[in-house]
Amino acid sequence: MTMTPPAPVGLLAELTHRCPLGCPYCSNPLALEGREGELATGEWKRVFSEAAALGVLQVHLSGGEPLSRRDLTEIVRHCASLGLYTNLITSGIGMNASLVKALAEAGLDHVQLSIQDADAASADKIAGYAGAFAKKQEVAALVTAEGFPLTVNAVIHRANAARAGAMLDLAVALGARRVEIAHVQYYGWAVANRGQLMPDRAAAAAAVAEVEQKKRELAGIIVVDHVIPDYHARLPKACMGGWGRRTLNITPTGKGLPCHAAETLKHLTFWNVRDASLSDIWYQSPGFNAYRGTAWMNETCRSCERRDIDHGGCRCQALALAGDAAATDPVCHKSPDHARLADILAAETQTEPAPYHYRRVAARGSA
Amino acid sequence: MTGALQATSRPRLPRGVRLKHDKVRGEWLLLAPERVIKTNGVARAVLERCTGELTLRDIIAGLVRDFEAPEARIEADVRALLMSLAEKRLLDF
Repeated sequence: MTMTPPAPVGLLAELTHRCPLGCPYCSNPLALEGREGELATGEWKRVFSEAAALGVLQVHLSGGEPLSRRDLTEIVRHCASLGLYTNLITSGIGMNASLVKALAEAGLDHVQLSIQDADAASADKIAGYAGAFAKKQEVAALVTAEGFPLTVNAVIHRANAARAGAMLDLAVALGARRVEIAHVQYYGWAVANRGQLMPDRAAAAAAVAEVEQKKRELAGIIVVDHVIPDYHARLPKACMGGWGRRTLNITPTGKGLPCHAAETLKHLTFWNVRDASLSDIWYQSPGFNAYRGTAWMNETCRSCERRDIDHGGCRCQALALAGDAAATDPVCHKSPDHARLADILAAETQTEPAPYHYRRVAARGSA
Repeated sequence: MTGALQATSRPRLPRGVRLKHDKVRGEWLLLAPERVIKTNGVARAVLERCTGELTLRDIIAGLVRDFEAPEARIEADVRALLMSLAEKRLLDF
């Protein structure tokens, strides 16, 4: 690295890993961080102050379930006072009328609400939480009545792929102006549930086609941001817009990561906001500098005309599937490991799925 | 979006979409859900007028005065900008 990286645009704050839902595709790591180690209110405030000074424009208050933090309103008020655009990413569980009002008064800009399916029974089964579907309808009504702009987040997988279009209709009915509909990305808990989640090639293709068709039909009514399935693609995604180029992630206990899955890269060291400034984490820490630029790339990526477009794809996926974090993302057709994806796809989709391995805190059952 | 943009429409940035001067980068940006959009001087001048009080006709007239540019050209630019934002649900009128 010789060039100075640009200032970060976004910060994903995993305020807690505590969550009442058990979604089997959760992007949190398998080793969930417990409440006892979470950053205190004052520590988070310092992180956001440093973020604003560093050039962060948008903060995404996420988790786990951020509503599990009793200081959420205080954190939002602090972020708003710094001029940060504040986005709440929530399951809705824990929201009520007075909290919606308090968050509005504190200056929250935008709400993202997850849904699990368009069918209530299936949605509650996927979430591992009875009544979740009904609760989300209530929360969407509260949020839109308060005047918040609402985005609905939906994840497509084996159990709901046939209702991808119905989930878009549900997002419209819930009053969303925008919907993010993404096929499962296989990180964290989704890897542990890959066979349960992965649709076969025909089901995935049908879901992609249906979403693209409805996206055109719903133009001007709702914006559809569609993420297609990785394992069926020929070109890798520009993961995170490039390693350490646009955003950073702070875990509940304060680790600064280039993405939420980066801790799977065990050979890297990530600094903690308790020991280092956010500026040092962004500009100086070896974890952030590991895959910036092109010097780390192998010849396939370095000589590729797309190297500044997709930055070699995803480092975590390269490690998970090719055994080398600096390898070409196997999603790329140029990767020598590309054929493995078809093998995995075939192996994972030819049998009846096992029961979900729900996302839960392993010890002490404190979720 | 509610049909075509009329001369009497009153465009406004909805809640959750706002202009911000970014001191770190020295630019004016439009912040929106999961988006950050760079604005040039003309776009900023248009968006600052999208308060829901002025009609499209008022906005164009003001810009013609301030930028001393032909009305037809200003109108075309303003309509193109506003429609592209409305299609992304970043503008109401």
